[in-house]
Amino acid sequence: MVYAESRVTSANEQNGEGQSGMSTGILARQDFQVLIDALHGAGYAVIAPTLQDNAIVYDQIARVDDLPIGWGDDQDGGHYRVKPRNDGMLFGYAVGPRTWKRWLFPPRTVLWSAQQTAHGFAVEEEKPTTERYAFLGVRSCELHAIGIQDKVFLEGQHQDKIYADRRQNALVIAVNCSTPGGTCFCVSMNTGPKVEAGYDLCLTEIVSADRHVFLIEAESERGADILKALPLTAANEGHFNAARAVSDQAAQNMGRALDTDGIKELLQSNPEHPRWDDVADRCLACGNCTNVCPTCFCSTTQDITSLDGAQAEHSRVWDTCFSFDFSYTSGAVIRGDNRSRYRQWMTHKFANWIDQFDTSGCVGCGRCVTWCPVAIDVTEEITALRDVERQ
Amino acid sequence: MEKLDQIISKHPFTKGMKADHFQTIAGCGRNVVFNAGDYIFHEGEAADHFYLLRHGRVALEVSVPGRAAIQIQTLEEGDIVGASWLVPPYRWAWDAQALETTRLVEFDAVCMREKCDADHDFGYELMKRFAPALGRRLQAARLQLLNIYETAD
Amino acid sequence: MSGSIPEKNSLIPKICRVVGRRVEAENVVTLCLEPETGGPWQSAPGQFNMLYAFGVGEVPVSVSQCASDNEPIWHTVRAVGPVSAALCRLQVGSTLGMRGPFGNAWPLDVAEKKDVLVVAGGLGLAPMRPVIQHLLTRREFYGRVVVLYGCRSREAIIFDEDLAAWAQNDDLELLVTVDRADQAWGGRVGAITTLIDSQTFDPQSVLAMVCGPSLMMRFVVAALTGASCPESSIFVSMERNMKCAIGQCGRCQYGPHFVCRDGPIFRYDKIGSLFRIADI
Repeated sequence: MVYAESRVTSANEQNGEGQSGMSTGILARQDFQVLIDALHGAGYAVIAPTLQDNAIVYDQIARVDDLPIGWGDDQDGGHYRVKPRNDGMLFGYAVGPRTWKRWLFPPRTVLWSAQQTAHGFAVEEEKPTTERYAFLGVRSCELHAIGIQDKVFLEGQHQDKIYADRRQNALVIAVNCSTPGGTCFCVSMNTGPKVEAGYDLCLTEIVSADRHVFLIEAESERGADILKALPLTAANEGHFNAARAVSDQAAQNMGRALDTDGIKELLQSNPEHPRWDDVADRCLACGNCTNVCPTCFCSTTQDITSLDGAQAEHSRVWDTCFSFDFSYTSGAVIRGDNRSRYRQWMTHKFANWIDQFDTSGCVGCGRCVTWCPVAIDVTEEITALRDVERQ
Repeated sequence: MEKLDQIISKHPFTKGMKADHFQTIAGCGRNVVFNAGDYIFHEGEAADHFYLLRHGRVALEVSVPGRAAIQIQTLEEGDIVGASWLVPPYRWAWDAQALETTRLVEFDAVCMREKCDADHDFGYELMKRFAPALGRRLQAARLQLLNIYETAD
Repeated sequence: MSGSIPEKNSLIPKICRVVGRRVEAENVVTLCLEPETGGPWQSAPGQFNMLYAFGVGEVPVSVSQCASDNEPIWHTVRAVGPVSAALCRLQVGSTLGMRGPFGNAWPLDVAEKKDVLVVAGGLGLAPMRPVIQHLLTRREFYGRVVVLYGCRSREAIIFDEDLAAWAQNDDLELLVTVDRADQAWGGRVGAITTLIDSQTFDPQSVLAMVCGPSLMMRFVVAALTGASCPESSIFVSMERNMKCAIGQCGRCQYGPHFVCRDGPIFRYDKIGSLFRIADI
């Protein structure tokens, strides 16, 4: 299900030096800047979690101090707060309102520009970005989300060149979750918490009273190349056990759960279920859920002309299925109310997506639950659809 | 008369009718012909007949002051022309104009109404056959009203 | 069923020039187009292209004539919004951007040896025009060919010349009706469903293709199934908002289907449950 990079066969786990063939090692906390420097040295702009406006959001960083060191988060339906930790962890929180799609599928991209000529006009394709991104801190749910968007943009009859360029050039440094949030349900969606595949490097932050280290594993040649530049020591069985414990404990601390049994049939055969009226009373069609969702991909296009009318730009812009003209067809809006729009969003995400892309559209990251201003909870809505059906 | 019987017996509205009911209807019918432009009936006149269209085309129209008449329905071979004979006060609601040479079987509606009052079995058979025809006519009229071709303008 | 041509460059428009223009009805214009470079713009009946009006935007428009070595591609556009209005204003010699063709095609291969019923309403005749042309060109491969066309009024009728020619053509049966008319019309006045009621066809060997606004298609399909036409023998052309036409903007979703990619032509039995829900 997840986009898999070419694998490097695992080297001897006892090999302690940062030499060629090394695929696993231990990076000390004080050496974390070396990792960031190595990424810069390899030509990547590093995107990582940062603390801004009281939220942990991905953004470009220069130094390890830009990370939300010692911060955690508290999430629930319609609730998000950052809070300090007492252990100085670099990745001691769940996920925030930004997703990696911001860099692979940018919110606004010029597709082409058109220029008036003597004989009409000419069209010129926009050049792809030369920026290469290293995504530092990608969670398992997010790896799955990227894999899902790979299916949308790369695996259909038409490939999106913008996404393909950025995806190919992106270096993915995953992080195993230690502190899932109050709205997380990756376990229910089989998308975590343990990182399985689809990354170049994977970090597991191991913190205790007497140590703060990172188990780092390379899964691709590009990842292995970065490892060579790092002052690693050998990983031993204790490290692997501690890393496993991080994931095991995370799996026990899910904030939410969802029964996905028969979910496709449940949603596709209940378009007139009374629950849709119920949720419509609460939903504001604000589009927060689609904005923060790592798999939502709907867009619109905009055309902007220069003041003299000689040039025009045609851009792709993020949109939401909750917007007014999303379903505008031949003079009428087909989904004219919140009920039909919410039904569309949920049915697409959990059911139609499976027909379209052979996977659920949801990775259980919980963002839509956290960031909904009226705390609509998809796990609760689906449970309600089942309960009334049983009656 | 024999030929008329054959014509009437082929029409769906007599299908499965008992012989004596059929004879009652046939006995009230006669052949008529209209030329293109002739009016078969006018709005407001007594609806003393109804027609079975054998050949040609009839337009139901309404005249409008200062404008050309509006055609609301055309009827083709096999259609029944006239429903107002069933509904008091038995007055035509529309004008009916033959658009080309048109042959019809004309039925005496006054006679038919009397026979329905006298023989309720016969009356019921007739109503059973007219009701679906009227239902389809109503459905079609509603579709015309809805403007199903224009997307929202 | 797919007649789709492998995509060349699916996101960047190519420049096409208007080589012919015809006003079909009020706010309805046919544009005859030739690409500036390359040969005729290939497409199959039922497919559509995204037409780009400089500085205004793109809209999906069905092909109303497939291009050949001798004939340009046609698109018949109704001005309902800023983009379509801009396209309708283009004159011979103007340029527009075009990309495509997208979507699947009418099942003309599946229809061979069958009695073909084409039911079109209003502007829905435009995507059917290449179908009728195909049926007439390959007439011997089909049984009866019946074309039913309904419009609001005579002023709304498009392709007057084609209709006049088809009316004279013994290779097909053409019935046209309008919702209302004045005495100058001389033809049929009545709902399009009455044309179906007057047809007799063998349910085992008929294939119906229906195209028009969704309300019209709903009643026509009801009339067809009421006349014992099997649901698996009815094909409809769906329409939805489109920006990308390649299954990536998400806007054209119709249940689990992307109209741009899984449609616009659908076999009715595959979408019957969706068809009845107006706001899905």
